[in-house]
Amino acid sequence: MTTHFIGDTATLTGRSLKHVTRSLDTIITTCVMPIAFLLLFVYVFGGAIETGTDVSYIDYLLPGILLITIATGISYTAYRLFQDMQGGIVERFQSMPIARSSTLWAHVLTSLVANALSLVVVVGVAFAMGFRSGANVLDWLGVAGILLLFTLALTWIAVIPGLVAKSPDGASAFSYPLIFLPFISSAFVPTASMPGPVAWFAQYQPVTPIVNSVRALLTGQPVGGDIWIALAWLMGVLVVAYAVAQVIYRRKVS
Amino acid sequence: MTTSQPSPDAVAPSTRQLAPPSPAIRVRSITKSFKDVQVLRGVDFDVARGSIFALLGSNGAGKTTLVKILATLLKPDAGSASVDGFDVTRQAAKARASISLTGQFAAVDELLSGRENLMLVARLRHVAHPAAVADELLARFSLAEASGRRASTYSGGMRRRLDIAMSLIGEPPVIFLDEPTTGLDPQARIDVWNAIDGLAAGGTTVLLTTQYLDEAERLADRIAILHQGRILVNGTLAELKGLLPPAKVEYVEKQPTLEDVFLALTGQAAAEDAAVDHADNAAEAHERRND
Repeated sequence: MTTHFIGDTATLTGRSLKHVTRSLDTIITTCVMPIAFLLLFVYVFGGAIETGTDVSYIDYLLPGILLITIATGISYTAYRLFQDMQGGIVERFQSMPIARSSTLWAHVLTSLVANALSLVVVVGVAFAMGFRSGANVLDWLGVAGILLLFTLALTWIAVIPGLVAKSPDGASAFSYPLIFLPFISSAFVPTASMPGPVAWFAQYQPVTPIVNSVRALLTGQPVGGDIWIALAWLMGVLVVAYAVAQVIYRRKVS
Repeated sequence: MTTSQPSPDAVAPSTRQLAPPSPAIRVRSITKSFKDVQVLRGVDFDVARGSIFALLGSNGAGKTTLVKILATLLKPDAGSASVDGFDVTRQAAKARASISLTGQFAAVDELLSGRENLMLVARLRHVAHPAAVADELLARFSLAEASGRRASTYSGGMRRRLDIAMSLIGEPPVIFLDEPTTGLDPQARIDVWNAIDGLAAGGTTVLLTTQYLDEAERLADRIAILHQGRILVNGTLAELKGLLPPAKVEYVEKQPTLEDVFLALTGQAAAEDAAVDHADNAAEAHERRND
């Protein structure tokens, strides 16, 4: 039955993309908080923050804001999956002769598209606020690749609460720590300005090398070793989250 | 119904008469527990092709668990089951091609229109002309007018009809309906019953679960009563009725009421009328017992 995997996944992705386009408020609410942070940090706190670089604060800040956008967006992925599991439509799909993993992959692909839309909106707002980048096409592709991998890794994390949650709130609450993580990283201020243990955590948690890589690509700086640490983190999280999600999925629907 | 099924036709002509037609559903010694709770304790039954089989039982009897096992959504702890000749655990993918499940809660996509719901299932079942199939079913289930509206705006009855229509796409030979009329108003129930009748008339095998006795009586060729994980009885309605002793005629000695006394004392004619009334009442009561 795997011969139909691609066709079935495409059909089911088309279905859940309709859910996104028919509730565009999910895209808007995904963007509201990152844009609010953007306004707050650029126009309120930004003037007092010493980044130790000569890039403008909005250029410094944007990579972290983009990660917050994705962390917010994937809570809707968990929510959509949770709704399907509750509504009985997954049972319908699973009792039909379709590729079994199509149901999950459709949600994952939809998550990538929905987050890409939100990122475009947030970058648009940042541009209106004065964000400028000297990055060339290759740099932009690199940024897109990192953000895609970040979305994919976080989406597979989101699949887990989507499958096991008992309530819609439970399905989306897991994303709060993920949204908070960029604050204790190099996203808003240099980690060197933080007190010892906090600086240590900020230095070694995954958001910092990811933010540093994206920032380097957008500002035309050499990315250095951060990119490999970032990729290692992303691949590691992706593989673990994917494996856990698959185990839970099989236990749930077999 | 072009799916490959081990039909009796495949048997050599000389032995065809001897070979009994293979049942559409065969369940043997199925057991299933969830943690410490034993939900099914050894269930056996067959469902003949093209018949309607009702699994009757109260809440918690194990009906839904059994349907989920037959629909390949759950694995039994022991025992075996086959649908359309395919073992539901070892040949799950083939079994899925032969079945359709209409679960206890209408499994429609609320954000899609009725037509889009049907098209979705048609595409997933890889039928030749999804749009034509969808339109035909919309007309058949009186949903053509509402076809462009989101399913979230549908009434309970419309949702259920859409749900059943979705189950018919691809013409699976066996359909499971888990409590198809629970929560519906009387008119919607009748609509669903008519739809089920139509299915059986078209040669589809239907296994339905219900907690409503009248529903089983109205629809089913055979009825099995599932109680605490076991089939208590399994037979036609007449056979089930035959299990109880026939109604008995009983004579009950009756004390005269004050009314009788009054009438006896005040006028003979009136008393005779009253006696006739009594006889009528007794006869009616007797008829009711026989029913």
